[in-house]
Amino acid sequence: MSPAAEYAESIGERLHPILGMIEPINNTASAAFAPALPDHLLSEQRKFPVPRSKNDFLKTSNMSTTQAQMPDEIHPDVALVALAREGDVSAFEKLVRQYDRQVFRIAQHITQNREDAEDVVQDAFLKAYQKLDQFQGNSKFYTWLVRIAVNESLMRLRKRRTGKMVSIDEDVETEEGSMPRDLADWSPNPEALYGQSELADILRKTIQGLPQGFRVVFVLRDVEGLSTEETAETLGLSIPAVKSRLLRARLQLRERLSRYFHKKSRGGEQ
Amino acid sequence: MTCKEFLEQLDELIDGELSGELRAHLEEHMKRCDHCHVTFDTTRKTIEIYRSHELYELPDSLRQRLQQAILSKCKKGC
Repeated sequence: MSPAAEYAESIGERLHPILGMIEPINNTASAAFAPALPDHLLSEQRKFPVPRSKNDFLKTSNMSTTQAQMPDEIHPDVALVALAREGDVSAFEKLVRQYDRQVFRIAQHITQNREDAEDVVQDAFLKAYQKLDQFQGNSKFYTWLVRIAVNESLMRLRKRRTGKMVSIDEDVETEEGSMPRDLADWSPNPEALYGQSELADILRKTIQGLPQGFRVVFVLRDVEGLSTEETAETLGLSIPAVKSRLLRARLQLRERLSRYFHKKSRGGEQ
Repeated sequence: MTCKEFLEQLDELIDGELSGELRAHLEEHMKRCDHCHVTFDTTRKTIEIYRSHELYELPDSLRQRLQQAILSKCKKGC
């Protein structure tokens, strides 16, 4: 058994018997792979918002949508939700304006299709509006909304792929992303090696190549700034499963980017 | 500390979620292991790059159209 397989097993994951994707052994429902969550499961469950570590040196000031809050602090969204629930559409409009970009990004990352992402933005907000009475304020509105958006995105993906033999997890069975292989260090300023447009293409192409189950965890956790607990809740995964997938997603991306970013002195494609 | 043990703590190290003692052990390992040092450094850069680049921007015109469509349906009771 490989070190990665040992590690996965030690934290309670296994390979899906049919799809070959990693899943938690004791998982109740993986929204990333299971059929879309029924409406009653869209009601939020977690009691306390868990802010990301204040020591997180990667945290940037422009990630304000998921800014850390003290556990006793009431998020301003709660008041907007209360007003919207009473029929104040302008309050809901503020929530739309606050989060539409994030929902669009997440939908694009999952569906990899612009039209689907546009539809997901509309459907996710409309469903949230219809189900506002199920949001009780115990978790962030944003986390609850993301759960709906992920669910809507996966439904779009399934519709689009009906009848096609397309494996969205074809890389999961490999050892890629388990134990790092490429020792090549990167250029000191790898982003400067490419123009903005070319770099964006590289980043898109690279993340699109990740297995779906890894990509969605990376996007929620590292790009959108959800905590591990929030990511687990959103996807219906266990916390160990999120941690395992995040590690493998990060390592796979790192390895794939290395072919573009490694030092010129080591030779390569650049 | 082995490289496998280092790898198991890599995410927490990157996210700054480790205690001082464990963090010190990992940093000591990196001083002796070029492989793990490069892995740590380039993984951290990977996350930074993805966080700092907007790959899927929502253009203002499309954004306005979507907002109008959403709010119009909300006003009609969806």
